[in-house]
Amino acid sequence: MLRATDIRVRIGGKPILQGVDFRAESGQVTAIVGPNGSGKSTLLKAITGEVDSTGGLEINGADIRRRKPWELAAIRGVLPQAAVLSFPFQVGEVVRMGLRAGISASRSRLPEMALAAVGLEGYAGRLYQELSGGEQQRAQLARVLCQVWEPLVDGQPRWLLLDEPVASLDIGHQLVVMQLLRRYAEGGGGVVAVMHDLNLSAMFADRMTVMARGRVTASGAPGEVMTDAVLSATYGCELRVNAAPAGQSFLLPHMAVAP
Amino acid sequence: MAATEQIALALPDRRSRARRAHLVLGGGLALACLLSLAVGASGTSLWGALEKLATGVPLTAAEQTVLWTIRMPRMLLAICVGAGLAVSGAVLQGLFRNPLADPGIVGVSAGAGLGAISAIVLGAALPAVLSGPWLLPLAAFLGAWGATGLLYAVATRRGRTSVATMLLAGIALTAMAGAMSGGLIYMADDAQLRDVTFWQLGSLAGATWAKLAVAAPVTLAALLLAVTLGRGLNGLALGEAAAGHMGLPVQRIKALAILAAAAATGAAVAVSGGIAFVGIVVPHLLRLATGPDHEPLLPNAALLGASLLLVADVISRVIVAPAELPIGIVTAILGAPVFLWILLRRRGLVDL
Repeated sequence: MLRATDIRVRIGGKPILQGVDFRAESGQVTAIVGPNGSGKSTLLKAITGEVDSTGGLEINGADIRRRKPWELAAIRGVLPQAAVLSFPFQVGEVVRMGLRAGISASRSRLPEMALAAVGLEGYAGRLYQELSGGEQQRAQLARVLCQVWEPLVDGQPRWLLLDEPVASLDIGHQLVVMQLLRRYAEGGGGVVAVMHDLNLSAMFADRMTVMARGRVTASGAPGEVMTDAVLSATYGCELRVNAAPAGQSFLLPHMAVAP
Repeated sequence: MAATEQIALALPDRRSRARRAHLVLGGGLALACLLSLAVGASGTSLWGALEKLATGVPLTAAEQTVLWTIRMPRMLLAICVGAGLAVSGAVLQGLFRNPLADPGIVGVSAGAGLGAISAIVLGAALPAVLSGPWLLPLAAFLGAWGATGLLYAVATRRGRTSVATMLLAGIALTAMAGAMSGGLIYMADDAQLRDVTFWQLGSLAGATWAKLAVAAPVTLAALLLAVTLGRGLNGLALGEAAAGHMGLPVQRIKALAILAAAAATGAAVAVSGGIAFVGIVVPHLLRLATGPDHEPLLPNAALLGASLLLVADVISRVIVAPAELPIGIVTAILGAPVFLWILLRRRGLVDL
């Protein structure tokens, strides 16, 4: 289990997170959603230790702040929102960096498998900087996958912590990646993803945490969270949730019709 | 199937090429060493001396002096300086995530320059006990370290060093050290001005075993430290946050990188003055040939930097023989066009 209790973050004197409680179970995909500036990326960064925070942070029952970087690297991989890379590395070289960070370093075929998993077969020899934005994002995901390839090791779940993993992907690759995350969770691992797309979140997540103005406003199964009242209050505009015949909640953007 | 084969072929390609480069560059360095021992103003023949050694004929005093007390320490010093500058360049480019970074960027060169000029101009006023041939290199080395230490302190807050702050503070510090050096130059007399100018141009002419004994251990320690940083610098290419998420001790890597670069550059500048472009051109050429992976890049930079400086030193000795051209002129004349050529050829890739 991954648990954050009463997380507070101030950046430049401004409170960004004001006492956030968050939990994610292994074996599940947990989506963090909310409007721009609601603090969802900051919550993920607090969990990964990238920003300083106060409050409790636990992963698999251990205090995250007391773990060494390399201990954390063995149990969780992190996909940052902005994928930067200096120097003309090849895609295969980037993915191999993840391999060496994890504990599966002996598995030399893993980079190929990870690239195939994100739909980048045959890209290993390409220059990373010459890929499109969406391809770069998938290459970074392959790197992170390499780091924590097996979702369960010795009965201990491993975690994928992802900031907008599908934000710049086309719809086909969005589905490829979301299905990949589902399989990871079904294999016993934990997935926490900051998401922009409410419909994709509702379709693939087991739980959704909704944030607004540095606080959690709702949390639960997609059906409980995707309601007119919660979303309208969170996003500050009138939103209407529909249900697909299979019972899935979805949202279509619409404009208020002028009287 | 085709895709899998392509992966299998593409993955080991640059790595094995980089490893083959160790051998090629090692051979190149051996040749450059021979060249450095064989060529010189006095006309003493290395081959003649080797033949005598092989046949048991004793060497003449002149041969011993030229080969053993002039050319040999000079060769070893060129290796130290060239390897040190090239590896510092590679380390700093990795740290600053910028292929145009060079040892000058962390204030090392400016600090060393200020130290050296202080020694030249103010050294005359010191009592004789305190001034000796070691005063200038010592002052340059202390200046290099003082500048880097100051920058590191300025850029570090709560245990985290901001690389961007360090870069910008380096520009300010370089300007300040330049102004102070300017003040000293203004005070200097004609003989001192000449010394300052020649120091700034760089030279290996004063190489002695004593200088080598000071520079070699510092350089060697810095090089050994630097080659352990390959994996960490690769990780930093993904950004500090991603490097940390991959389990790399980011702050330690940054501190060690700065330490290694300051030590190697400080030692090089202290014994040879200002030698430009080795730190930029060598890592750049290697990246073009074998890719940016720092693990093979750092040892390769040491080998190629040493070879290039040996060749530049030979050129500086023969081009205006029996006089000597300062080696900094040679490296700049050779290095600047190469640098421009790299920029123009790969304009897209150095887009900052």
